This record gives sequence, structure tokens and C-alpha cells, in this order.
Amino acid sequence: MKFGIVSFPGSNGDFDAYQSVVEALGEEAVMLWHKDHDLQGSDVMILPGGFSYGDYLRAGAIARFSPIMREVVQHADRGGIVIGICNGFQIACEAGLLPGALLRNQSLKFVCAPIGLRVETSNTIFTSQYEKGQRILLPIAHGDGRYSADDETLDRLEGEGQVVFRYAPDALEATEAYNPNGSMRDIAGIVNGAGNVLGLMPHPERAVDPLLGSTDGLPLFESILQRVAV
Amino acid sequence: MSRYRVAVQVVPRRGLLDPQGKAVADALHTLGFGGVSGVHVGRHLVLDLDVSDEETARRQTREMCERLLANPVTEDFEIAEVTAS
Repeated sequence: MKFGIVSFPGSNGDFDAYQSVVEALGEEAVMLWHKDHDLQGSDVMILPGGFSYGDYLRAGAIARFSPIMREVVQHADRGGIVIGICNGFQIACEAGLLPGALLRNQSLKFVCAPIGLRVETSNTIFTSQYEKGQRILLPIAHGDGRYSADDETLDRLEGEGQVVFRYAPDALEATEAYNPNGSMRDIAGIVNGAGNVLGLMPHPERAVDPLLGSTDGLPLFESILQRVAV
Repeated sequence: MSRYRVAVQVVPRRGLLDPQGKAVADALHTLGFGGVSGVHVGRHLVLDLDVSDEETARRQTREMCERLLANPVTEDFEIAEVTAS
């Protein structure tokens, strides 16, 4: 299975994604420059974390006009798998692949920390290898992660099972402020209506080896492999 | 073809949480400006357009706002001023 990883000017999670795919998963990955027009036969596209175009105007607002995004959107329209991580989530929202927007953290602070999440559904391409309700630990590193959408959109996301990850207090933290950015309804990650595009603020690609403090990101990638293997 | 300078204001949609505006309001209260009941921090953009007439300048600017300069999910925009230059 071939993963295509897009490098935008200002991406910093692209090589983390590459290493997680190649070293932790043992799958093939290709780095794609944002000016490319060819996904080189990639089955799964990853829009990585970082600060594409310096977050000018709004996070992700300029990157969505990068030449390769036309091909990424076509790939998604054909049912191809797309994962937007952190800045990639912001880009996916700006590109209209996912509903809503990611605004400045409520605290106005950049938050870089491992964070407790709850897997809301195992019934997606991306989460079949988790248990529904499972608590996991993934790192976050963002200043603009407050997921926002109108009530109608939020109700639809919840009703259709499109909310995939939520910020949730883990057993150790009890009732500490567990929502790190003020996201509406504690939303950390969603899929589109067709279920082939995932956007999430936490970094699964930075939690694939015990040395990194967590391996809770691995099942996400393994879920995708499982899906394609079937 | 004439040159028009267009000023656009983009602000967070009212009702959405605006922590930046709130932080500025708190700072103004600290400075003694107790009469400040709300602050909204947005962007002010100035565009120079070479187009045939003012109506075209306004129409194109609206389109730019809808497609790029403002996020329709979370922001409102207003064309504050159009001046021939």
C-alpha cells in the first residue's frame, strides 16, 4: 500500500508521517511536493502538520490553493483515502473536504502536550482497530485547533457518526481541563460524510513507537491497511 | 481602466467565541477603560484594483472575500471604503 505525503512550504510533520509509514508500518511512502500534479499512484494521501505558508491569512487558507490540492480533492471525490493531520486538518477544512473550521485556541496559547482522547466509533476506515470508547494518548502541538461549526453541522456530525475522536479526561487527569483548545463538543477529529477523509488535530504519526511515549497512533494506520487488505 | 483602492474588514462572526477580543477587552479594563463592553479583533485588508469601474471593484472584492479573504464558516466581511486613486 502506497502512502503519498504532501510537503507544503512550512510543513514540519511530513517526515514524521514518512517515518511512521515506512519504519513503523513497513509500507511504501512517497514524498510529494505541493507543486506536483501527480499523486504517483498513492492509495492514501496524508496532509501533514506544520505551518504551511506561515499560517498567513488563516491556517490552511493558502495551502488549499497549492497545485497538488486539485489532485488531492479529485482523489477524495473518487473515494480515495485522505488524512489531514493538524495543519492538514485545517487545510482539508479550508478546501471543503471537511465541514467546519479551526480557530485560535481559546487560551490563546500554543499547546504542545500528550492529550487524552476517546475513540467515538470503531466503524470507520480509520478506527476499526480501536475499540469504541477506548481511551488513547496522542500528542498535540497547535495554536489554532478550536473546532467550530454551526449547530446544524455539529448535530449532523454527531448523528451520522462522523465524530471520530473527542478530547476526554483520562483516568490520571480526573476532571482537569481536558479540552486543550475549546473545541465545540470536545471534537478532536471527524470524517466526511462518505467516510474516506479524516481530519484530526492530534498527531497519530508521532505516537507509533514506545520511545515516543505512546503507540496509540499505530492502530489508526493499521485500520487503513486492514481495510485495503480485505 | 481605473485604479481603485478598496478597504475590507474581516471580523469574527458575532456570537462565536472570540478569545482574542476578550483578552484585549480585559487589558483595556485593566488600563481603566471600564466603558469597553466588547472588542472584536479582525483583519483590515487594503487592495489596489485596476478595473473598469467602481461597481466591478466592489463585485470582485466581494467574490475575493467569499472565496479566500474571509472564512464563510466563521467570519463576516464588510467593504469599508472604495476610493478612486
